[in-house]
Order: sequence, then structure tokens, then C-alpha cells
Amino acid sequence: MHALFYVAAVVAFLATVRVITCLNAVHALLYLIVSLLSVAIVFYTLGAPFIAALEVIIYSGAIMVLFIFVVMMLNLGATAVDTERTWLKPSMWIGPCILAAILIAEVAFLLSRGSSAAHSGVFVGPKRVGMSLFGTYLIGVELASMLLLAALVAAYHLGARKRERLEIRNVTDTDRTRTAAGRDLVRSGTGGPSRTA
Amino acid sequence: MFALGLAGLLVRRNLIFILMSIEVMLNAAGLAFVTAGSRWSQPDGQVMFIFVLATAAAEVSVGLALLLRLYQQYRSLDADAASQMRG
Repeated sequence: MHALFYVAAVVAFLATVRVITCLNAVHALLYLIVSLLSVAIVFYTLGAPFIAALEVIIYSGAIMVLFIFVVMMLNLGATAVDTERTWLKPSMWIGPCILAAILIAEVAFLLSRGSSAAHSGVFVGPKRVGMSLFGTYLIGVELASMLLLAALVAAYHLGARKRERLEIRNVTDTDRTRTAAGRDLVRSGTGGPSRTA
Repeated sequence: MFALGLAGLLVRRNLIFILMSIEVMLNAAGLAFVTAGSRWSQPDGQVMFIFVLATAAAEVSVGLALLLRLYQQYRSLDADAASQMRG
């Protein structure tokens, strides 16, 4: 099982190098996902299947979805279609595909071998992790929950202030147009309903 | 891998790449924790990895929110554009 560990480690290394050297954000994200998946396989071969599952679910699931959302939000525009057409060339996606194919081959090999005897390290099961997590590290769990709550509030605050400011700017803009239109709200209106307003 | 993430942090000026490099560094630290825990067959390493995971999630949410704010303010993702902020 040492060979699996080393192959996954080499794949993780190559993918991380490509993350740094990639010029495009989406390609770097693809390589980063491949790197995280290979690190998950490394965890599995080290004898920590619970951590491997957490890595796949949280890192390459949740956090990468956040990254992809932000990248897609920043890439809006009319020129995005042309750049996307150039991205779909085979030279762009062939690298992550090769690395992911290596990982899939490893997983298939592991599945064909059966679940036992796949660990080169000492097996530490989820039960012991849970006992230790909610036993000796209970304060750490509470602190982590408070940290996550603080991050949630901070992210909401940072995202919500912009909308507030935009509303204020819109109000001042309409005020400016009203004053520019002759300082008479009734006459500058279009028809009857403005008289009642 | 930690060295790779650090190099990426130093080399790139794009904020998204900086955040990704931070992810790589946190991941490498977690890998070191799990490896040590597996070496001495203690569950503490995996517990620490769970904490690293929670920290990474919090950091990424706040970092991406800040990144969106900076992008709306400066119309660029250059980290040097934010160095003259005031107020």
C-alpha cells in the first residue's frame, strides 16, 4: 500500500505546483480540487478514513463551491463568452483529467482490493476520534462553533453593507435629479398620479 | 506542500490566488497533523484536522466577502490596490 500513498502524494504535489503556476483562476481551482482529492486518498492510506471523507465533503465540496461562486461572480461580462470558448480547448482540461484519472484508478484499485488491509499507517477509527473530540477537546469544539458563527456574521455584514450604501446612493441620485428638474415635484412629474403623491 | 503554498502567497499578487495559497497551507498543516497522529496512533491529530477544517471554512468565507468588497470598490483584484486604503 506504500505505492498508493506515494502515487497520491506525487499527484498532490503536481497539482499544487500547477495551482501556483496557472494564470487562470478557474484552471487553478480545478487543479486545487484535484490536489485536495489526492490529499484525501493520502489520508485514507494513512489510516484515517473519516478525515478523508471530511476532506472530500467539506474542502472540495463546500469551500471550492464558494471559490467557484466568487470567481464566476467576478467574471461576468460580455467578453466572458469568448474567453470561455478559448478555455474549452483540449489543452486546458487535459491536465486535470490525467491527474484525476490516476486518482480514479487508485480508488478502483482500493475498491477491488476490499476495504481491509489498505492502510499503511496505524488505523485510527472514527469512534476514537469522536470520543477524543467530545471528551478532552470539548472546549475546542465550542470555540470552533463560536468562530464559525463569528465568520458567518462577518461575511453577512461585509456582504450587506454594499447594498445599504447603494440604496443611499440611489436616494441621493433621485434627489439630485428632482432638484435638477426644476425643484417642483408636481410639475416635473409626468401625469396625474404625481399630484396626489 | 506548505512551502509551495507559501511560495504561491509570495509570488502571486492576485487576491484569489492568495486565498488559494492559504488553503494549500492550511491543508498541508492538516496533513502534517494527521500524519503525526497516525504515526503515534493517537486520535489527536485527526481532532486537530477537524479544527483546521473549521478554521479554513471561517477564513474562506470572511476572505471571499472581503474580496468581493474590494473588487466592488477598486474594480481590480490586485493586492497592491488595497494598500492605500484609508478611513
